Amino acid sequence: MKFTLSWLKDHLETEASLDQIVETLTMIGLEVEDVDDRAAFVPFTIARVLSAERHPDADKLQVLSVDKGDGDPIQVVCGAPNARAGMIGAFAGPGTYIPGIDVTLSVGNIRGVESHGMMCSERELELSEDHDGIIDLPDDAPVGASFANYAGLNDPVIEIGITPNRPDALGVSGIAKDLAAAGLGLVKTPAVASIKGEGPCPVAVDLSKPGAATFCPAFGLRLVRGVKNGPSPKWMQQRLKAIGLRPISALVDVTNYVTFDRGRPLHVFDADKVKGDLVVRQATGDEEFPALDGKTYKPGQDHFVIADDNGPESLAGIMGGEESGCTDETTNVLVESALWDPLTVARTGRDLGIITDARYRFERGVDPAFNMPGLDYGTNLVLEMCGGTATNATLAGNIPVPGLVIDFPVSEIERLTSIQVSSEEAASVLTRLGFGVDGSGPTLKVAVPGDRPDVHGKADLVEEVMRIHGVNNIEPQPLPALAAIGEKILTTGQLRTRNTRRALAARGMSEAVCYSFIPKEHAVAFGGGATDLSLANPIASDMSDMRPSLLPSLLAAAKRNVDRGIADLAIFEVSHVYQGVSPNDQKRVASGIRRGTARLENTGRDWQGNTQNVDVFAAKEDALAVLAACGMDTTKVQIEAGADDFYHPGRSGTIKLGPKVTLGTFGEFHPMTLELLDVVGPLCGFEILLEAVPEPRRKATRSKGALHLSALQAVKRDFAFVVGKDVQAATVLRAAKGADKKMISDVQIFDVFEGESLGTGNKSLAIEVTLQPTDKSLTDEDIDAIASKVVENVSKSTGGVLRG
Amino acid sequence: MTDIATLESSILAEIDAAASEDALEAVRVGSLGKKGSISEQMKTLGKMSAEERQTKGPLLNGLKTRIADAITGRKDILKREGIEARLVNEQVDVTLPVRRDPLQAGRIHPISQVMDEITAIFADMGFSVAEGPDIETDYYNFTALNFPEGHPAREMHDTFFLNPGESDEKLVLRTHTSPVQIRTMETQKPPIRIVIPGKTYRQDSDATHSAMFHQLEGLVVDEKSNIANLKWTLLEFCKAFFEVDDINMRFRPSFFPFTEPSLEVDIQCDRSGAEVKFGEGDDWMEILGSGMVHPNVLRAGGLDPDVYQGFAWGIGIDRIAMLKYGMPDLRPFFEADQRWIDHYGFRPLDMPTLFGGLSS
Repeated sequence: MKFTLSWLKDHLETEASLDQIVETLTMIGLEVEDVDDRAAFVPFTIARVLSAERHPDADKLQVLSVDKGDGDPIQVVCGAPNARAGMIGAFAGPGTYIPGIDVTLSVGNIRGVESHGMMCSERELELSEDHDGIIDLPDDAPVGASFANYAGLNDPVIEIGITPNRPDALGVSGIAKDLAAAGLGLVKTPAVASIKGEGPCPVAVDLSKPGAATFCPAFGLRLVRGVKNGPSPKWMQQRLKAIGLRPISALVDVTNYVTFDRGRPLHVFDADKVKGDLVVRQATGDEEFPALDGKTYKPGQDHFVIADDNGPESLAGIMGGEESGCTDETTNVLVESALWDPLTVARTGRDLGIITDARYRFERGVDPAFNMPGLDYGTNLVLEMCGGTATNATLAGNIPVPGLVIDFPVSEIERLTSIQVSSEEAASVLTRLGFGVDGSGPTLKVAVPGDRPDVHGKADLVEEVMRIHGVNNIEPQPLPALAAIGEKILTTGQLRTRNTRRALAARGMSEAVCYSFIPKEHAVAFGGGATDLSLANPIASDMSDMRPSLLPSLLAAAKRNVDRGIADLAIFEVSHVYQGVSPNDQKRVASGIRRGTARLENTGRDWQGNTQNVDVFAAKEDALAVLAACGMDTTKVQIEAGADDFYHPGRSGTIKLGPKVTLGTFGEFHPMTLELLDVVGPLCGFEILLEAVPEPRRKATRSKGALHLSALQAVKRDFAFVVGKDVQAATVLRAAKGADKKMISDVQIFDVFEGESLGTGNKSLAIEVTLQPTDKSLTDEDIDAIASKVVENVSKSTGGVLRG
Repeated sequence: MTDIATLESSILAEIDAAASEDALEAVRVGSLGKKGSISEQMKTLGKMSAEERQTKGPLLNGLKTRIADAITGRKDILKREGIEARLVNEQVDVTLPVRRDPLQAGRIHPISQVMDEITAIFADMGFSVAEGPDIETDYYNFTALNFPEGHPAREMHDTFFLNPGESDEKLVLRTHTSPVQIRTMETQKPPIRIVIPGKTYRQDSDATHSAMFHQLEGLVVDEKSNIANLKWTLLEFCKAFFEVDDINMRFRPSFFPFTEPSLEVDIQCDRSGAEVKFGEGDDWMEILGSGMVHPNVLRAGGLDPDVYQGFAWGIGIDRIAMLKYGMPDLRPFFEADQRWIDHYGFRPLDMPTLFGGLSS
């Protein structure tokens, strides 16, 4: 919402400075977004052309001698065809910024003749599009005076942001009322003179069609005969231009002016182009509607139009029609002031993609009480500018009378804001804002005026008093502490998220935060892509589906980094994946990938030995590190060969806890996956479902229990087994450990070897078994007995033999 | 006498000349060994008269001790020389680089870091951290938050909708973290003090807007909390978060469907340089929206607005991260560019705490 200072002062008697007004507007909730003090126009001076001679070297240029009022004429080279001796215009000297051409003048030399400034056209001053010649002022224009003052360009323009709850501030009069309530002056909005019409309005309005009476509670109409349309007066044009509107003609400008002056949109029809009566009705759905913006719309059956016998003449509450629009030839004009249902106007505008000042106001709510005064106001302006004779107004429907009266305990103000105000003060503020206040005790009866459709209850009235009283006057007060020492506030899931992030970063990985939506084909490849998990209105086609896994995002990120020359990359993300639309289907997941040689211990080439490419085991380490960060004992998990299809089938694994619980997966990626994501390896990755990790058992005490250390030395023995190539290491380890669960404290695999010497289809696994005696030292016989049990167990469960 | 002196000087000369421990051992055997020159002399003592032995004995014993000491002394020198020679040989170029430290290489994303900072501050004020789903129903995202159907405020949200599925309910990607206010009130009795960090989505994209962004919602519901407490809470938060001693904040009336009265909050700042400075300058920067929880929202959460009251606010996590840490553009936050995260990310052990300072 834009307006000028002088415009505001038509409605507000005030001594306040521009700065005070701006500050107050913001602090009462009408946030000032921009103030143009028009300082840019200050340097322009009214000057007279003393003489105009043909430029010696250019046919189309003239050399002017210009008097800018100081008796010291200067030389200006000018190309305007209308420049002539004796004319008065707007002069700009060197150093002046010319807004219309975005140039700062300097002393020029045009074909050998010096030029000390310029005489400006209207376009150069952004006054109009006119660039046919320089500004030609009347003979009585005061030479030497400020052009801005003379032309009314020194009027500061204020732009405020209007929140959806403040339709009352969509007219300058409403803004003045708010400022006056805040103590910045007195409202002096002129009363609307009543109109003594001659005869009835010959055009009737029909609200009887289905839905019309609900959509249009009231429709006021009046005919003005014998008008002479033409440009509106200069003051009105200047105001409209200042707020960014293009003056069109007096009849049209009046509707725009009243829209901004009073927040009351009007419409004018050329009465001679309206055939029959006006009917408010739903569009047929087949009708073409050429609108005033030059475009043709096709309103649907749930959109309302104002139609005559020719068809739709106006998209009610939004935009008028081209065919019945007013032109310079218009002599009889119908002035409309009506009320439209806000939701229908909003929906219609949205459906058809039309944003107008009328729609903006009607969808927020227009004051019903000003419906007929608004019609009179507009009519008066038409009569003033264009002459003619008005008929009486006709009113179809009824003006709704606002009926909401709120019981307002004044104590609510202190309860919600801590501001202490008396009942009288509260009543005074509300009265100044236009509310009807009855009573004087602790509870007031407050009647809500028609221009405040947003006020529904007590809390809204508290806001009214608070914003006028001043939020600055509320002294901050501490929020009382709930406990002396804060309690643990994070849930297990939140703690796991934090710990996992730090753990993975401590492993040299960098955290990524990627979009929750990915391309459909990526979603499908990772087990997602269901219709109900895709967006109906994605911002881009490759951001269409809620991701079922974090891995495709990370792989896509890997590709981008590789494209930038970063080949070794270790990144992770801890975020949500979406297995369905219900809240429980949103799962907290940690995923990471490593590419190239980005290993935990090192990356790239090194004088101590080059780093190997990443592989399935690098991913497995990361995956287990996540489980450890979540508080899990990773020796308790089972690793199964193979995982989801997007992994390499022979180089991936699934981490399980018992047969039912899957904690996560890890591995190298399937070549087809990499091809789909357009990225090349070596690449490995993992995914851990943080919620699958069992909730830690809550113990009665924090004691870790007593530590019993054995005084006896542990004994280590090595074994090497030749087993089939498919025998899993886990089986060998389990068998060895099972040989004597009490005595064997640890089994490690220290060598894996495949070679021809072992025979095809075989491999050798070497293990180190640690025996930890507890009550007595082990004799050679004891050790031999356990050793042969180890061999026996491993042979039995794997078919392997001790390597000779 | 001369014999002994001659013998001594000749053995000492041999000891000094011994260049290795082996050579020294040969000298020892030649002098103090069973058949050594001194041992041979000692054997003669037995044949001497008591008187002669009286004078010769101490002389020979003295010689023996001196030679033994000399050998030991020489041995130490030779050993030290040997070690020194070996050490010289073992020298390496210590300026050769070592493998990189994963703790130095890893990075935490600024959003996670800032969420941890926020958590540290609000935990101290007695707030818990609540969460909610990204895929929300129209009811929780709008209706329960007092956005009437068709209200212009709904349009301001540029909502993403999901394709219809089996459920009859219209599903959206939440446009703010506020739905969690309702979900919390439905399950938790006042007093409620929660902050809700999370992902939010709007169909918008430029240097400071992204289709996905992060918001921090705050909610206090009890029987007393009012605008004065709201102002205090947000002032203290901003001072702590931006790590400045003083900050000038401006609370001005505004509108949000789910709060009444509503306030927008600006921070005074200096935007003349490349980076924004707080606590100085004469510019105001809008950083958050807040207000008293609307009676209809309390009702939607099952609470009586005549008994319970409270305040709520919402602030952009990415935005305050950008302000605090100087990122000019929001879009790279979500691009996982290694160069960006190397520069703007945090090391894994940079844990924000109040006792250690949020960012130091």
